[in-house]
Amino acid sequence: MSTLSRDDVAHLASLARIALSDAELDRMCGELDVILDAVATVQQAPTEGVEPMSHPMPLTNVTRPDEVKPSLTAGEALSGAPEAESDRFSVPRILDED
Amino acid sequence: MSDAPVSYAPSGGPDEVCSYEDTVAAYDPVLGLEVHVELGTKTKMFCGCPTEFGADPNTQVCPVCLGLPGALPVVNETGVESAIKIGLALNCEIATWCRFARKNYFYPDMPKNFQTSQYDEPIAFNGWLDVLLEDGSTYRVPIERAHMEEDTGKSTHVGGATGRIHGADYSLVDYNRAGIPLIEIVTKPMTGVGDRAPEIAKAYVGALRDLLRALGVSDVKMEQGSLRCDANVSLRAKVGDDPGSEAQQEVPLGTRTETKNVNSLRSVERAVRYEMTRHAAVLSAGQTIVQETRHWHEDTGVTTSGRVKSDAEDYRYFPEPDLVPIAPDREWVERLRASLPEPPAQRRRRLQETWGFSDLEMRDVVNAGAVELIEATVAAGATPAGARKWWGGELARRANADGRDLGDMGVTPAAIAQLDGLVQSGRLNDSMARQVLDGVLAGEGMPLHVADARGLAVVQDDGALTEAVNTVLAANPDLVDKIRAGKVQAAGALIGQVMKATKGQADAAKVRQLIMDTVAPEQG
Repeated sequence: MSTLSRDDVAHLASLARIALSDAELDRMCGELDVILDAVATVQQAPTEGVEPMSHPMPLTNVTRPDEVKPSLTAGEALSGAPEAESDRFSVPRILDED
Repeated sequence: MSDAPVSYAPSGGPDEVCSYEDTVAAYDPVLGLEVHVELGTKTKMFCGCPTEFGADPNTQVCPVCLGLPGALPVVNETGVESAIKIGLALNCEIATWCRFARKNYFYPDMPKNFQTSQYDEPIAFNGWLDVLLEDGSTYRVPIERAHMEEDTGKSTHVGGATGRIHGADYSLVDYNRAGIPLIEIVTKPMTGVGDRAPEIAKAYVGALRDLLRALGVSDVKMEQGSLRCDANVSLRAKVGDDPGSEAQQEVPLGTRTETKNVNSLRSVERAVRYEMTRHAAVLSAGQTIVQETRHWHEDTGVTTSGRVKSDAEDYRYFPEPDLVPIAPDREWVERLRASLPEPPAQRRRRLQETWGFSDLEMRDVVNAGAVELIEATVAAGATPAGARKWWGGELARRANADGRDLGDMGVTPAAIAQLDGLVQSGRLNDSMARQVLDGVLAGEGMPLHVADARGLAVVQDDGALTEAVNTVLAANPDLVDKIRAGKVQAAGALIGQVMKATKGQADAAKVRQLIMDTVAPEQG
């Protein structure tokens, strides 16, 4: 059962900002279909009368008091950054707005 | 998300606009306002990083707000309480159960590649806020929802001429702001606003600002971005002269545009007005409005095309698996309700009574955005009339002329209270007080200091004043004769000369009295 079109995959790729070649698009189309088919099996489970669940634990209102905890230093924060300048993360220009 | 920004202005030139009169004669505007308020919590929404404004870049960050692998967020209890308080103050229902959701998008202002927000389960929904208008009438703004989310980091674009992204070579990001608690307050479509649309938009944001300040949940500084407004505007054909009529409400809504980041009360009014006139020009030319975001340019007072909505809105929300649902029990909600301060409208009535202002005076003060400032000034020792005179008069006039908010004039209630005290004690007359205010506004210090530094004081010493009067009288025998002959108005010229001789530091009433006593005691 094929549910994903090539356009769907191209759209998802652009949302994820992943550049895919035509060949890759075709391949992903097939691979994602396999995954969707697998998930479709799960969808056949009888869920009549079962509440949708987003969390496995029946917990609510897990909060913390509004108390300051130590932050990282700028040096620590930037230690994993491929590029940094003036204590800021340097990122490629992206066409959009602030 | 679409890569290429699309421009709809023909050949890049400025957009056509209709006159405002023509716009409201032909069309019925409908507004929708989205206001983001940064909460004044000590820590971020999902981690314990501090939230102070103006810290060095990337010094208020941790694995959670940097989106590092394995980091787990935990909700700030005060953030939730503030959200509930805001919901209650906006007459909303409070959800019995709601979740956070991931709003997915790829943009470097959020290192996680998603913003933690709420989607179809906001914590507060279905409320209203009454807004007082300049003519004394009230408009009830319908509130759709108020939901919890987090702020984004701050990008600086390097290499572009304007600091904007176009032409930038790369961007530098500071994540201090990423994760600061935000409440987004969204109105339902505001209909029936008619030609008062810009005024109502401004009044709503102003009323919301006052409310949030009264709640103590945010410092609501628009100039620092802790209160930000996006204005949705659409036009539809006008039916009859009553924008609130049933026939008018049956006309389908027009296509809207969303003008982003309108960050002062005055700009809210201007941006709404501009978009209305721009829409009218497009529609009148038989063209259609493109649903898109627009960017507001404070300096030129126009909007320009941003990105097209449809693509950008594919955020693929899903419930945030790292955070458990929030289920405020009713006892908690009622406890918060009981803690709410007096509602602003009720408070205004009480203050008006205490201060002894007339309806008209109070309305002017409210319209000038001066209620809190006057309250603080009176608390600092000023007379209510004195506080009103400065904030509602001179300062309001200057704020208006400069296009600034009254609270951003750089003068404090304490300074105005001191200035009023100097006038009340007779140390300064009116024109001197204005000069002192000039000094305060120019950053010369508190009024007493400015008055001393500029040598401003009403001459209280009768000896010096009498001498000045006598000198002037001796130099003007003709005028003295006129007064003696009954032409009392001739005294005006003499008073003027004495005031000049004393560099304006004498009390004019006293000078008049001295002249009359000397020249014609029986007529004084």
